[in-house]
Amino acid sequence: MLKRYAVLWFPFLLTDWYTKHNPQLTDTPFVFAMPERGRMCVSAVSPLAAELGVIPNMVVADARAAIPKLEVLQDNPLRKERLLKSMGLWCMRYTPMVSVDISGYLILDITGCAHLWGGEEAYLQEIYLQLKQKGYEARIGIASTIGAAWAIAQYGQHGTIIPDNVQQEVLSTMPIACLRLESNLLERLKKLGFRTVVSVMQIPPQVLKRRFGEDLGKRVRQALGEEEELITPLKPVIPYAERLPCLEPIRTAKGIEIAIEKLLGMLCKRLMGEGKGLRKAKLSCYRVDGKVKYIEVGTSRASAHIAHLLDLFKQQIPTIAPGWGIEVFVLEAIKVEEAIPTQELLWSGEGNLENTALAELLDRFKGRDTHCRIRRFLPDEHYWPERSIKLATSLTEKRTTTWRTDRPRPTHLLNPPHPIEVTAPIPDYPPMLFRYNGEVHLIKKADGPERIERAWWIEQGEHRDYYYVEDDQGRRYWLFRLGHYQGDRSANWYLHGFFA
Amino acid sequence: MGASMEKSMLIVDLQQQILQWQGFKQIEKKDYGIGLGELEKAFPGHVFPVGTLHEFMMESNEEEAASSGFIGGLLSFLMQKDGVGLWISSSSQLFAPSIKSFGVDPDRIIFVKMEKQKDILWALEEGLKCEGIRVVIAEVQDIDFAQSRRLQLAVEKSKVTGFVLRLKSRFRGTTTCAARWHIRPLPSYVQGDMPGVGSPEWEVELLKVKNGNPSRWQVGWRQDQFEAKRLVLSSKPIYPAKRKVG
Repeated sequence: MLKRYAVLWFPFLLTDWYTKHNPQLTDTPFVFAMPERGRMCVSAVSPLAAELGVIPNMVVADARAAIPKLEVLQDNPLRKERLLKSMGLWCMRYTPMVSVDISGYLILDITGCAHLWGGEEAYLQEIYLQLKQKGYEARIGIASTIGAAWAIAQYGQHGTIIPDNVQQEVLSTMPIACLRLESNLLERLKKLGFRTVVSVMQIPPQVLKRRFGEDLGKRVRQALGEEEELITPLKPVIPYAERLPCLEPIRTAKGIEIAIEKLLGMLCKRLMGEGKGLRKAKLSCYRVDGKVKYIEVGTSRASAHIAHLLDLFKQQIPTIAPGWGIEVFVLEAIKVEEAIPTQELLWSGEGNLENTALAELLDRFKGRDTHCRIRRFLPDEHYWPERSIKLATSLTEKRTTTWRTDRPRPTHLLNPPHPIEVTAPIPDYPPMLFRYNGEVHLIKKADGPERIERAWWIEQGEHRDYYYVEDDQGRRYWLFRLGHYQGDRSANWYLHGFFA
Repeated sequence: MGASMEKSMLIVDLQQQILQWQGFKQIEKKDYGIGLGELEKAFPGHVFPVGTLHEFMMESNEEEAASSGFIGGLLSFLMQKDGVGLWISSSSQLFAPSIKSFGVDPDRIIFVKMEKQKDILWALEEGLKCEGIRVVIAEVQDIDFAQSRRLQLAVEKSKVTGFVLRLKSRFRGTTTCAARWHIRPLPSYVQGDMPGVGSPEWEVELLKVKNGNPSRWQVGWRQDQFEAKRLVLSSKPIYPAKRKVG
């Protein structure tokens, strides 16, 4: 497929940005400066300063000597990159594939996009005027290769569009610098008298490679479209995404709901066709005032069930502040998984752990209260009561061992155990009475002791001797004594649970 | 003779209709015997109402544990085959392995922990609407009539049974629940003069039953079954101050 690229070059990116926020500087020549090898060097020039002859990489002292009224501002090395990235994000409205070149360019893959604006001419004008309105000067070139578009943007006339397959004619008369070469290589070429691209093209490639290395030949081939050049998109293109532009800005909850339903309809149809389901989806709402609001939903199982996903989104609609209205909705399936094909039942099942309705219910819980804990317990092979259960990782995980019922276990377990005062007659006999919450419980019946040792490979500490006791009113408790009896100190007793 | 027979038939028929309007479903007794024996006679039609709401009043941690055990016994009948239960609470103290001794597989119960009472009520309502589960148990301290009516409407459309556990509840007004239970531990049942603690026994009191007869029973859990025995109403009321007349 024929590729088309647009390259945007901002000759005064930083200074345009600064004048936009400080309009009083419009009539003053100013530069940004950064320390470099112990002296201050100019890093960005305003249009007025450029007219007066200041160029980047000039020493600030020289520039000041030439123009006494020159304003010098401190530059921040990361500022340019941040600014370029935000410009790149803004350009996403023209194409989903935007790449940032740190040296000050934006590369747009406009394949199949320009006709939406009525051709490349109108497309280029639209971007140019929009940027102009925002206060940025831009040079734009459109060509079939990144190299050619770059050359046009930097060295050609503004607004040039190179039709397909004529890169060679246009480029041949351009200066050699338009090939995106490193500065020392450029110096060498200039010294040897290569001024235009055509002078390099006349020399056989093998000779070029031997004399100047791989880079020169590669750049020439890339510019002419003989070698493919890849760009890294600013935002990875998400394969499952749907877009819904609105004629009128939407401000009501019902309107948002309808938009989500439409988007889900499109997305789920596609997912179902491919036998997939989504696990995580994100809705971006582009507002009229340029802000973007996001909501995200997740499911515990791959799902392409429109009604269920709509329910999940509905819970979060109140968190979207529509401001003056939302003009574009974008729904992206961030995480997509193979859906487990469920056999269609002739009659609705009685309901078990594999039931979809159950999984959907739990998703709704999670959507409503993100801090809610949904747990399922499985038996674990440990005697220590707190370790005898483990959390299941999924709804359908099967238990690996059986639930034990040979020992009494309380229905309610206190975590941590509650210290109590106990009167016990002789060692290893169950206590006669204990005091808990200010009440004295006289013990009538008791079972035990059941000694449970700690798992030494997990933790250190004393064992527990458990007693299952019943008081005079029929209330049943689980008590334990920590460690052995010792003559010099009283034993530590704890209440660990309540029996049914 | 024939006329009186006809009359009684008519009355039975009318009673059935009234029950249906009140949200009770026609349930075949042989399908849903809960094993409570004599206690089931307290309910309309001598059938434990499934697919409705029940509330359990609890005054202390000991009573909470006793109620959990009793509910465990009920679950073993309600969650037969592959049924799934949902236990929603803010504290989540139930120790899962214990209900295995009441015949329930603890891994078929999903525990949900939520902080706010409002969220728990919402989750309970959503759970009651869901066809995929058999029982929803929720620990809610206070529930008023309007809230319980919402739950009743949800429950009427599905076959889910709901248990509302109310620990130290301050509000004791009317709700739409089919039954209000109060369970207190009794000294355990021991055969003969055997030492040690025996099988659990409870005093089960039905404070309110819709269209039924509230009373008190002594219920035990022996060999994976309930054993219920009606208690004679003694002169000593259990909760003299808090229990309302009528």
